[in-house]
Parts: sequence; C-alpha cells; structure tokens
Amino acid sequence: MQSTSHSFKDNARAAMANPTLQRAMGNMRHGFLAKRLAAIDRLPEFDALRDRARDIKNHALEHLDVYLEAWEAKVVSAGGHVHWARDAEEARRIVLAICQRLDARTVTKGKSMIAEEIALNPFLEANGIVPVETDLGEYIIQIRNESPSHIIAPAIHLVQDQIEQSFREIHTQFDRDRPLVEPRQLVDEARGVLRDKFIAADVGITGANFLVAETGSSIIVTNEGNGDLTQTLTKAHIVVTSLEKIVPTLEDAQTILRVLARSATGQEYSVYTTVSTGPRRPNDLDGPGEYHVVLLDNGRSRMLGTEFQDMLRCIRCGACMNHCPVYATVGGHAYGWVYPGPMGAVLTPSLIGVDEAGHLPNASTFCGKCESVCPMRIPLPKMMRHWREREFERHLSPAAMRWGIAAWAFLAKRPKLYRWVSGLTANVLGLLGRAHGSFRNLPLAGGWTLGRDMPTPQGETFHRAWARRRPRGTHS
Amino acid sequence: MSSSDSAASRPANPRVALFVTCLVDLFRPSVGFAAVKLLEGAGCRVAVPALQTCCGQPAFNSGDRETARAIARQVIDAFAGYDYVVVPSGSCGGMLHEHYSALFADDADLAARAGDFGKRCHELISFLVDVMGVSAVAARYAGTATYHDSCSGLRELSVKAQPRRLLASVAGLKLTELPGAEVCCGFGGTFCVKYPEISDRMVADKTRDIVATGADTLLAGDMGCLLNIAGKLRRDGHRVRVRHVAEVLAGALDEPAIGEPATEHAQARHTGV
Ligand code: SF4
Repeated sequence: MQSTSHSFKDNARAAMANPTLQRAMGNMRHGFLAKRLAAIDRLPEFDALRDRARDIKNHALEHLDVYLEAWEAKVVSAGGHVHWARDAEEARRIVLAICQRLDARTVTKGKSMIAEEIALNPFLEANGIVPVETDLGEYIIQIRNESPSHIIAPAIHLVQDQIEQSFREIHTQFDRDRPLVEPRQLVDEARGVLRDKFIAADVGITGANFLVAETGSSIIVTNEGNGDLTQTLTKAHIVVTSLEKIVPTLEDAQTILRVLARSATGQEYSVYTTVSTGPRRPNDLDGPGEYHVVLLDNGRSRMLGTEFQDMLRCIRCGACMNHCPVYATVGGHAYGWVYPGPMGAVLTPSLIGVDEAGHLPNASTFCGKCESVCPMRIPLPKMMRHWREREFERHLSPAAMRWGIAAWAFLAKRPKLYRWVSGLTANVLGLLGRAHGSFRNLPLAGGWTLGRDMPTPQGETFHRAWARRRPRGTHS
Repeated sequence: MSSSDSAASRPANPRVALFVTCLVDLFRPSVGFAAVKLLEGAGCRVAVPALQTCCGQPAFNSGDRETARAIARQVIDAFAGYDYVVVPSGSCGGMLHEHYSALFADDADLAARAGDFGKRCHELISFLVDVMGVSAVAARYAGTATYHDSCSGLRELSVKAQPRRLLASVAGLKLTELPGAEVCCGFGGTFCVKYPEISDRMVADKTRDIVATGADTLLAGDMGCLLNIAGKLRRDGHRVRVRHVAEVLAGALDEPAIGEPATEHAQARHTGV
C-alpha cells in the first residue's frame, strides 16, 4: 500500500474538516469502550491472563527460529506448504504463482491485514484475477475503493447512509426501490451477493491470528463465518500471515484468545474460531485441495533484539486505537498506511521507515491510555518515544522544534539565568495580560491561540515570590 | 504502595523538598504556595531547593535523551538529602518517579541513584493522603466543581481517589463527576505545539463535557491541562472557573481563577459566588 504517512498533518486536517467522518468517529467512541469494560468486569482474572499472554508471546519471540521451524515441519507433514517471503513483493508473487497454476479467475478473501500490507488486491487485479472481500466491512470498502481505517473494523469511518448509497450503486441487480434502512437489510443483501461468489471462487485467501507450532495449524477468528466459507470451498487455501503470529501450543493460543475478543469487541469469544491444519484429507467431507502459508517478514525480524521487539507481541485487537483520543479525532486514514492508531505509530516506522512515518510516533500526547488497555501489555508510549529519539539522533525532527528545545535546554541547565529569564517573562506577560486574564494572541504561540486563549501568568514567578516571602532558611 | 506501609515508615515531620515545576513557577505561583500550606499543615518541613528549573520532560518527550539526562542529574543533585520530593503535578511527578531511572539504564550507579530518588518523589495530593495520612482539609468553597484526571497522574501514579477524598471534606463544595474524566485533554506538552489543531479539537471535546456537567468550577492537578482547558473555556466564552485542586484544598482563592480577568474575580468575590 502506498503510504501518505508523511502528510499526516494534512490528512488529519482534512479528516477534522469532514463532518461525516466526524459523525462516524463519534458513533465509534462509546460502543467499543463500554463493551470492553463490561467484558473485563465479568472476568476477575483478566489482568493475570494479560500477564500470561504477554509471557507466552515473549517466550515465542525469544525462540522464534525454533518455533517457526517446528511449525513448518508440522505444516509439511500435514500436507501443506510454507513459503517464506522476505518482503511484500515476494509475498505477492508467491500468491500469484499459486493462483495462476490453479487457473484461478476469482479468489475470495477473509479479512487480512497482511494482505493490506502487501497490497495484494490491486496486484491480483492487475494480473487478471478478481479478489472478492467476504468480511462485510472489507467488502464495503472494497466496493467503495477505499482502504481500511481500523484493523478490526475496516469501515468504521463510514456512516450507514454511505453504505446504503454504495450498495444501491453497485448492486444494480436488485429492485431500485428496495428498503435498505435497517442494518439487517444491508447485511442480508451483502450476504446474498457473497454466497454466489464463495461458490464460484477458485482460491480462498485468509489471514491468521495465530500459527501453532505444536500442530502446524493456523487459526482465524471471525464474527461472520466468512473465513470458513473462504477456506473450505476452494481448490486452495492460502494463508497470508507474518512470522510473529507464532505461538508454541494450542493451549497458548487459547489463552491469548481469551484476552483477544474481550479487548477487541468486548465479546467473550469471537463467534467463529477456525483452526486449519493442512488441506482436505481423503476422508474429509470438505476442505481445500491445497493448503499454503505465505509467511511474511517485511522488516519484522529486524525488530528482534531492538527496543521495538515488544511490538511483535501485538495481536491486532484494536483496543489501543479504540481508546486513543488522537485516533478518535482524526480517524484511521490520517495515519496514511495500513496500521493506524498507537500500534501503527510504533509499527509503521518499523516497517516502512521513520523517514516516511516520522509524524506517527509524534502525534501522541503520551496519555498512556493505549498501554493501559493493551491486552499484551505493550509499552506503546515508551516505544513511540524511542522513535522520537531515533528521529532526534538522525536530525529528522523539524528544525524549529530542535531549535526550541536547544534554547530551552540552555536555560534549564543554568538555574540562575533561567530564574532571571522566567522572572522577566512572568513580569511582562503578567503586566500585559492581567486585565484580561488571558491572551487571544501571543507571539510564538500561534498554534495554541488559534482556537484557545493563553491564560496570563500571575506576574511574579514562584521562586521570586518565595525568596521575598521567606528570605531566610528554607530556600536551601 | 499502600498508605499504611509508607505512613508507618516515615518520620513524623519529614523534610520535604518542593519541586515547583516550571509551569507553576511561571504561570501560577499561588499553586506553589498552596502546596506549601498543605504540606506544612500536614506536619512537613518544607524547603524549596534553589537549583531547580524543569523536570526535563520537553527534552525527554522530544527524543533529546542527552539533555533529559543532564537535567535529570541536575535535579537529582539539587534534591539530595530530603525525605521526600513533592510535586504539584502528576506529569512532572511521573517523570521524576517513573522515567528518571530508565534514562540511566546503561549506568548502574546513576540508575540506582535515580531509582532511589524516584521512590522519594510523590505527586502532591497523593502524598498528602497516602503518605501523610491526611483525610480532610479545613477549607471552604462555595460552588459545584467537577474534576479532570490528568493522564500521567492517573496512569503512572494512580492519582484518582485521593483528590476526590480531600475535596469531599471541603465545606460548601459539591463535586459532580465529569463524564470522560480520564480522557486526555489534548495538552500533551510538546504535542500542543506540534499538532495544535488536533490538540485544539481534543480540548474542545473536553470543555464540551465540562460545560455539560453544569459545574461552575473545573479542578485538576496539573498546570498543563489547566492552562489548556481554561484557555479553551475562555475563548468560547464559558464562565467556568478553572483552578488547581491544591488552591481549593488550601483555601487559597485570593488570586483570580486561571485565565480569569482580575475584575471578574473581584466581582465574583464581592457577590460571594
Ligand atoms: S498494540 Fe495492544 S491494544 Fe493495540 S492492537 Fe496490538 S495488542 Fe491490541
């Protein structure tokens, strides 16, 4: 996917000026949060489970090579194939080669962020293969020619009228005057359209929430059951996934699943949890003719052993963005690439470079809400700060900011001089602003005073007042 | 930390160094004096080390680790020898308490010093309640207040119940809860400079919620949030009075509220609201 992360500021500005988007984001805000809270209240051991989930992933990442090799051996012994892909280009070619060998005309797709990351759809289309998204949210944005704005709710940036309008434009086979006002009617219509596509598809592509070393299985969770249909009815099931999805055992996956759905949607468990191990065996009633896993690296192995390794624990639950006040203000598209919100602010610079995505780790107030809700206890603000450090070291941060910090630091390291300058500033601003209580304009504070006043200092600094009031003793 | 543990092991009249913070120093000394009054009222011997400026957050959060380390060393030196370091800010408190030791991860000696220093650092209100065992204050305030939980205080230092507990003892004060009290106000230190429009939109959401409570006063424990919120309320013409929680707890109400013109303040005092 082409990134626009470098124009985050412009993207954000446009998003804030878009009333429909703002309405959609307003709708999002409360639903997710209340449901998560209720689900967690019902599970007293939730925090202990988070610790276990974190430990499981940490262990798997420490021994990534061992578990991946064990997993690959199991996949092969179950009759499947593993394709290691260093980058997006390799991954796309592998998928295409499989599709072409099977003479595939259409492929159905379950929701997969890795497919987004490698921009699979446009590539397949360019090669004469029609990809059909089967997750409702993904289907909606596919027919609208958009990209997901959220990792679990790809169409969260839309309001219902927009979806209705798109259905009427695209589904011309139906009666023009049919009612499409209830969410149920929209879902049923999409289902009807998709049923036929499932039957017609040659290849089914899904992502994976977990890869299980013990059994060589891939696991997906969905709420619509579309993943199952995608992968069981076709000549081949291709799993496009990335290497950090590995866990040692089925029980480990099960432990993490207990925190995943609760954190994501506030469900105890997703409606469908599907475990796939190899292709259809001779006595199976159904299942794909072939089973392939395309295992993407795309910069992840470079994160191992660095201050960003913890990010590889992420299970893509979306809780960090659901709770992020910046995400809620600007929406997911402003982040400019596949992964938005706090997890994207850490992951995106790792995968496409901090030169391109430098805004993302800066566009955070460090309010810490993301870390507090992350089921995998990923220290997101700390890692955003690490990115800022890298930018600072490499002189990528804006000159005005560097200059400001340098000037401020010069003073902050010289208490006497600092005292003098702050004393003078407080005097002057205090005199100028006292009558009004606050400034509507202030030199060097243009951004601030665009939408708010700057309250006036009281006129004398604390340290001067203290020296005056308590001349002896305690000012040691 | 449980209050009884720390209360049991502390001296009866601890030597407390006040870390004033740069925003209180520059914008609102009355908060510093309110802090001193509350601390002395709780039996502390308060000093204000002269060699303090700022906790270093602007550098730390901008990725300038070297400067942050230099300032951290300066602070640790300036505040050596006190039983406690107390800060009228959760944000700076979190910096001293949480982040200094991480800055020196590569130097065992300094990391140990920073760790020991961090343990002695407390945010003002939680210090009063959890360490000094204060459960009530002798202040009076005529009005209905709502309280915004500043992010670092809340999530790094678990400041939540303490201010509410003390506010409950203020005569005449009615406290009404703010929906979304734990949502960031959009200040974020350097964030409001780097992304002013996003910051502005976030504080607009915050002030909308504040106004909807019908409270006449907004309280919080961090000058950054308070300047941001007061600035927005003023710009939009809302008369909600904004104060640092320490001012109300100390009964230090002589100065106009944050962003409030002196005349309006005089009028309000005259009519007794
Ligand atoms: S960073 Fe944490 S909260 Fe965010 S998506 Fe990943 S696991 Fe979920």
